[in-house]
Amino acid sequence: MSHVGLEHFLVVGAILFTLGIVCVLTRRNAVAVLIGIELILNAAGLNLIAFSRYGGQSLEGSVFVLFIIVLAAAEAAVALALILAIQRRLKTVDVDRTDSLKG
Amino acid sequence: MNEPLTLVDLVFYGVAALTVLSGAYAVFSGNIVRAVFSLMGTFFGVAVLYGLLAADFVAVIQVLVYVGGILVLMLFAVMLSGNIETAARSNRAGSIILGGLVGIVLLLFLITLAVQGPWIQTDPEAYRATTASIGKMLLGKALLPFELLSVVLLGVVIGAVVIARSRKSEEADS
Repeated sequence: MSHVGLEHFLVVGAILFTLGIVCVLTRRNAVAVLIGIELILNAAGLNLIAFSRYGGQSLEGSVFVLFIIVLAAAEAAVALALILAIQRRLKTVDVDRTDSLKG
Repeated sequence: MNEPLTLVDLVFYGVAALTVLSGAYAVFSGNIVRAVFSLMGTFFGVAVLYGLLAADFVAVIQVLVYVGGILVLMLFAVMLSGNIETAARSNRAGSIILGGLVGIVLLLFLITLAVQGPWIQTDPEAYRATTASIGKMLLGKALLPFELLSVVLLGVVIGAVVIARSRKSEEADS
């Protein structure tokens, strides 16, 4: 019987989630903000799979995580297209300097 | 809790350390290229953790989509945006103090919650292959979201091409 349990996976998920939040809050490069979002999504997926493993063996967790992965890929594609468009128009990907709409 | 560590435990601690450390490097590195490459360790680590949790199909999809797709896409975005000579300071930090404060409070709260929370737990069963059951579920119980997802993907493909298309080609069209 191994002594790694549900809590161990939840703690790893919590650390990844916090890293993602800190990344989104502090980084100025738009690609780095995207890295933070991917970390958050991975942490959420890890929690879902851990709960589905230790809470009744159903496959719903796996299916949820598959949907999350597909939507993360879609989101990354659109976000990177946006980053390229912003770079072409404003010559920067610094999220602090893309403030043309600010009054 | 005083049993000797099994092989599964050792693999878990090693992979968890790899995941967290490379994730931390991706967040705190000042070089965006290194940050994206370091993210590969996190994605692989999470895939192994999925494997340890008996989700074999999700682990394979994680490697295929994240490492094979999203990571390459991010590298393309890094290489196409900004000057490559300034990569060493391409990832400057903004409000470190505020972000660090939020991070520490959030981390303490989440870890307390994860360790203390009275989770309803059942003993995990033996490992078994999940691919066939997931396929049946996607075409049965989860059919509606599965089909909606294909519409979303079509919209994303068209939208990404329209957004990323350069203005030069627009001028050439008209």
